Amino acid sequence: MIEIKNLVKRYGDFAAVNDISFSIQDGEIVGFLGPNGAGKTTTMSILTGCLSMTSGSVTINGVDIFDEPLEAKKQIGYLPEFPPLYLEMTVREYLNFVYDLKNCTLDRAAHINEICDRVKLTHVANRIIRNLSKGYRQRVGIAQALIGNPKVIIFDEPTVGLDPKQIIEIRTLIRDLGKDHTVILSTHILPEVQMVCDRIVIINRGKIVADEKTEDIEKVVAGSRQIQLKVCGPQKEVQNAIKGLSGIKYCEVIGEREMQSTAFLVESEAGLDMRKGIFNLCASRAWPIIGMEAVGLNLEEIFISVVDENGQGGKKKKGKKGDK
Amino acid sequence: MLAIYKREMRSYFTSPIGYIFLAIFLAVSGVIFSLTTLTQGNASDITMYFTYMLISFFVVLPLLTMKLFADEKRQRTETLLISAPISITSMVCAKFFAAFSMFLIGFSVSLLNLIPFFYFASGNPDLKTILGSLLGLVLIAAAFIAIGVMVSALTENQLVAALGTMMIILVFVMISIFNSSIESYFLRTVLSWISVLDRFTLLAVGRFDISAIVYFISLCFSFLFVTVRIYEKRRWA
Repeated sequence: MIEIKNLVKRYGDFAAVNDISFSIQDGEIVGFLGPNGAGKTTTMSILTGCLSMTSGSVTINGVDIFDEPLEAKKQIGYLPEFPPLYLEMTVREYLNFVYDLKNCTLDRAAHINEICDRVKLTHVANRIIRNLSKGYRQRVGIAQALIGNPKVIIFDEPTVGLDPKQIIEIRTLIRDLGKDHTVILSTHILPEVQMVCDRIVIINRGKIVADEKTEDIEKVVAGSRQIQLKVCGPQKEVQNAIKGLSGIKYCEVIGEREMQSTAFLVESEAGLDMRKGIFNLCASRAWPIIGMEAVGLNLEEIFISVVDENGQGGKKKKGKKGDK
Repeated sequence: MLAIYKREMRSYFTSPIGYIFLAIFLAVSGVIFSLTTLTQGNASDITMYFTYMLISFFVVLPLLTMKLFADEKRQRTETLLISAPISITSMVCAKFFAAFSMFLIGFSVSLLNLIPFFYFASGNPDLKTILGSLLGLVLIAAAFIAIGVMVSALTENQLVAALGTMMIILVFVMISIFNSSIESYFLRTVLSWISVLDRFTLLAVGRFDISAIVYFISLCFSFLFVTVRIYEKRRWA
């Protein structure tokens, strides 16, 4: 279990991490989500003992990272943003080095083979890391974090720069690791945390702005549902009719589309699914709907919605925690 | 600690730098040896050989130390060492001992120079001065390597690390040369305390000078200590 209490990290006047607290239970996969420069990497560095905090405390399974760094570090496997690889070594040599570095006591050959197998490195185990592609290097980085079977595994942006197939593989691997490890994952890609994590902690400007179960965040996302609609019909009339439906916040014309249709952006009140209503309306007026799709909220919009609910606009209802 | 030591030793021999060091070190020591003894009339005096070896350290030792931390930083492998369950002290010591071992390898091979010396020496060479000089050189090399370790921890550029180390070593070696032109007696005395060359001369004439030995060892410890502090401080910054 990881317990972070009132963590602050200042660089001069600038607070990279400003009083964040949360705890992570055993076996949880937690996504640490935030835009670039939000303080994700700083928090991860503090968690792994690479950086000290200005104030606050971090305990890992009851061991304080500051008081007993060696004991705490034994419980952590860390994959930094840039995998720390010695390019002149082969994969196997490198993993052997990490094995020695971590004073691992498990059976050497069996342990390393098992890890290579798990991250699918076996067929490149004897190649020099310099000659591996980005995706394979990332896997070597993950393998390195797994050595010694640490209870907690921390990944800092593990899928950046990989191709889509590799991204899927790495996400599957992380899900799989979540079965017997506690995993913390930082990313700025929302779908990634939605796919992989049980819980999402959103951080912005060094503060936690949301800390929710993944389903709950999805409700926040679903709560402000926008759809893009293409209807063949008289523009003004359609627009007014849709606006007349109950629960519609706004309906604006985006532009002319194929088959003399018009595209509209429609947004409804939180938690309301308007698609049936719109269909029935258009059907009754004999305006054929030729396209209707949900517009997913991107990370920025979620930030706006989460930050909003913490006081500034209060347009979207939902959520509890936030910055103090 | 052993893991880092082994990796450093291995990387000396899997990259050109280990071989370049050995080649330059042996070539320089060979040239110095023949110029100071074989081609001189007085073949039984070897003190000049050791003095020039000491001066040559300022070129060869930075070759060993420049990559130690600078390269870790450039390759971003530092986080691996820092997040591993080992103390910063043992990380610094492992790297120091790796460079020191490389030096000892080169230094032992260079001892072959002494074979022709004993063969050609007229009269009885003074064993005490030779042993004293060898001890002094090893201790001074340890101190200089510690300086190199520290400078390497300050930069991620190997060239900067090498040049910075050379400058600091040069100061320690050159103090005694400027010392003779300093008026103030007080300043001169203080400077001669920290002058590596002056202290070495005592050992080199065969006087087993404890204060010189303690000085070299403490020089080495202080710089390693500062290196550990640099890493601690980086965590705090």
